[in-house]
Amino acid sequence: MKKSKRFWLFILLAVVIYSVVQLLISTGVFGSYYSNTLILMAINIILAVSLHLVIGITGQFSIGHAGFLAVGAYISAIITMRLELPFIVGIVAAGIIATLAGLVVGIPTLRLRGDYLAIATLGFAEIIRIIFLNIDYVGGAAGMQVSHYTTWTYAFVCLVITIIVITNFTNSRHGRACISIRENEVASDAMGINTTFYKVAAFAIGAFFAGVAGALYAHNFYIIQPVNFGFLKSFDILIFVVLGGLGSLSGSVIAAILLTMVSTYLQGFPETRMIIYSLVLILVMLYRPQGLLGTREITDFLKFKKSRKGVAQHVE
Amino acid sequence: MEWIQQLVNGISLGSIYALIALGYTMVYGIIKLINFAHGDVFMVGSFVGFYSIVGLGLDFFTALVLAMIFCAIFGVLIERIAYKRLRNATRIAALITAIGVSLLIENGFIFTWGPQPKAFPDIIANGSFEILGAKISIKSILILSISITLMVILQFIVHKTKIGKAMRAVSHDNEAARLMGINVDNTISATFAIGSALAGAAGVIFGLYYTKIDPLMGIIPGIKAFVAAVLGGIGIIPGAMVGGLVLGVIETFVNASGFSLWRDAAAFVILILILIFRPNGIFGKNTREKV
Amino acid sequence: MSNKPLLSVQNVGINFGGLKAVSEFNMEIHQGELVGLIGPNGAGKTTSFNLLTGVYTPTFGEIIFNGQKLNKLAPYQVTKRGISRTFQNIRLFNELSVLDNVKVAYHSLAKNSIVSSILRLPSHFAGEKEMEEKSIEFLKIFNLHEDLYSLAKNLPYGKQRRLEIARALAAGPKLLLLDEPAAGMNPQETQELMSLIALIRERFDLTILLIEHDMNLVMGICERIYVLDHGVLIADGTPEEIRSHPKVIEAYLGEEVPAVHA
Repeated sequence: MKKSKRFWLFILLAVVIYSVVQLLISTGVFGSYYSNTLILMAINIILAVSLHLVIGITGQFSIGHAGFLAVGAYISAIITMRLELPFIVGIVAAGIIATLAGLVVGIPTLRLRGDYLAIATLGFAEIIRIIFLNIDYVGGAAGMQVSHYTTWTYAFVCLVITIIVITNFTNSRHGRACISIRENEVASDAMGINTTFYKVAAFAIGAFFAGVAGALYAHNFYIIQPVNFGFLKSFDILIFVVLGGLGSLSGSVIAAILLTMVSTYLQGFPETRMIIYSLVLILVMLYRPQGLLGTREITDFLKFKKSRKGVAQHVE
Repeated sequence: MEWIQQLVNGISLGSIYALIALGYTMVYGIIKLINFAHGDVFMVGSFVGFYSIVGLGLDFFTALVLAMIFCAIFGVLIERIAYKRLRNATRIAALITAIGVSLLIENGFIFTWGPQPKAFPDIIANGSFEILGAKISIKSILILSISITLMVILQFIVHKTKIGKAMRAVSHDNEAARLMGINVDNTISATFAIGSALAGAAGVIFGLYYTKIDPLMGIIPGIKAFVAAVLGGIGIIPGAMVGGLVLGVIETFVNASGFSLWRDAAAFVILILILIFRPNGIFGKNTREKV
Repeated sequence: MSNKPLLSVQNVGINFGGLKAVSEFNMEIHQGELVGLIGPNGAGKTTSFNLLTGVYTPTFGEIIFNGQKLNKLAPYQVTKRGISRTFQNIRLFNELSVLDNVKVAYHSLAKNSIVSSILRLPSHFAGEKEMEEKSIEFLKIFNLHEDLYSLAKNLPYGKQRRLEIARALAAGPKLLLLDEPAAGMNPQETQELMSLIALIRERFDLTILLIEHDMNLVMGICERIYVLDHGVLIADGTPEEIRSHPKVIEAYLGEEVPAVHA
């Protein structure tokens, strides 16, 4: 089967990337600056791909993704620092609790449409942040000390799992149901799709991986504070998806890679970085609102001719 | 009579929210856009007021008028440069652009003038008087009277003037208004001008009341004013006024009851409750999508 | 004709903000019938469709389909019970291929769970394969099999209408509701549509209710016709009865469409 061949090609590519980077890190060619940047890149890709499922595939405009990142970060930090359980338990728990948060936020808000949904998710993310701000157990505004457990291996394995799960979900009848909601919710409903179920499902899966990213994020720094998870963080994630192309997984991956590099380079100049971000965003919306790749994937450009042949075969 | 005093504080804060909310609601009513940059127009107004008083040595009212004029022009520029091309774009594209414009103004401002907060000059006498045992400051009364005056003027413009009639017509049906010979582009610009001028005024009186202003001061009041607009029923002018006042009073009481850290959450809880249970707001009518 | 109707609409009405959009709507459709619903613009025809399919919840009355009450069901639940529809203004999934449009309608018939799809278990491949084969078979009937991989938005208008009917049928209805299927078609396309409707009716053992402005089509293929005006049913009967019904003539007076001479 052609599709499974593509799958093994992806796995091969992942193994190669992983091994090369791991080799460079363990031999000391990549210092902590580069390895941290690569870990951050992996975390950003996980965030971008998880939000891509909600916005790009299902068409539900959520601008509160940082809320789930915060839930994952704090839950995992509680597990490793307060309960002193292994990091892997923290990652899994972060994902599960973030999923629950996703259900709590998604079930009431996902019946709203368009910009009302956007504002409601923004509001929920702020509420989540303010809740953490008011819990002394996690340090309130001062934040919480977290040990540095995130390694390239953890980050990369989580990244690969995220991409496989979301790709597999998208390329199934369930993913198709989500796309049909994005394309025309009324018609989707009329075709027998339980639109509420699929919107909430996509939202919950997205929240799960944002939670996982939160666990990696928390254990990649030495401290987490509520101020790290404000509206600007949600906006950072949003721009990956919008810039890459609403509906394109590879587009959001590419955008996450590019923008992580830009923002690492401009680390000492946060205003310049935000000016560039916002200008890019405005210009993209004005001149190419579908983003870099639109709804297409990078692989579509490579196999255009093949798919033509595929048509002929199917018809015969 | 602690609570009367809190009520007055709440109304003062609420009237600032109401002034900002009016701009949101008018713009949303006419082009269905949540103008995220509106909070930043408020910030710019505050700084124009600051520099007019400190730099040019103007008195408070001249500074207020100058800030309003400056913001009106600024608002129209934003609309013409960024939003005008988006008339036929998706709502989401428009929303993302608005977020982008907001961030551009904030960070461009910091980049040019630095992130430091400024102390707004104290040019109104700090007196107060007592009513029923509550200490009411002259500033509160001043803020309230400016807000009420501006809202009355706004009502007059919307209901009694030609441009107001055009605004109502365009917000009702853009295409029909165009066919009736109304210059839709100019009407939309006028809406931005009026809304932005009100936000500019809000910025100046905010500076007067809270004395500290900074380049990111527009974000939170901006979002809260949007909540106020939704609370009153977005697109409805009296709704924005009432929504702003209600929100200001609720926040002040949450704050006064010893939950100061939860103050910001109150607005968002209200927002979500409203969106879920009465998405068209207090004054809104039910509408449904045509199938 | 069996005694028990497939669809029975009893005194159904709906108010929008105090305004009566449709009131005291009564209708009975038996298995295998082809029934028309006509009326001047704004008579409430599409509103009735929206009531039947769960888009609107009726303020009054009962809708009974196949022995089950439909009143408070959501549209997707109505579809699963066997009523599916097309839309007056075409509502395809534009960025999906023709094949995927039909696959979405087959969604509920497949059984692979979300977990099996994520883990790529055998049941995923079995479910997806079955869906694909059935959809392709299906599109052959509609003569759309040469466009399997074109995006729905790139199809010419006539094919889009056909795809919408194909998609509605793929959802497996007992009763198919067609909302102005011939709108915007030229006479030849309309002719083709009429034979397509006859074909699918026979092949899938369907019952059909259609809204149509084209009187030739309605009078030509419908066995019975209901006439709505101002949200109220003013007549029902065979095409011959409707043609000479005084209330119908009155309702259509002044309208340009009623070429009531087939």
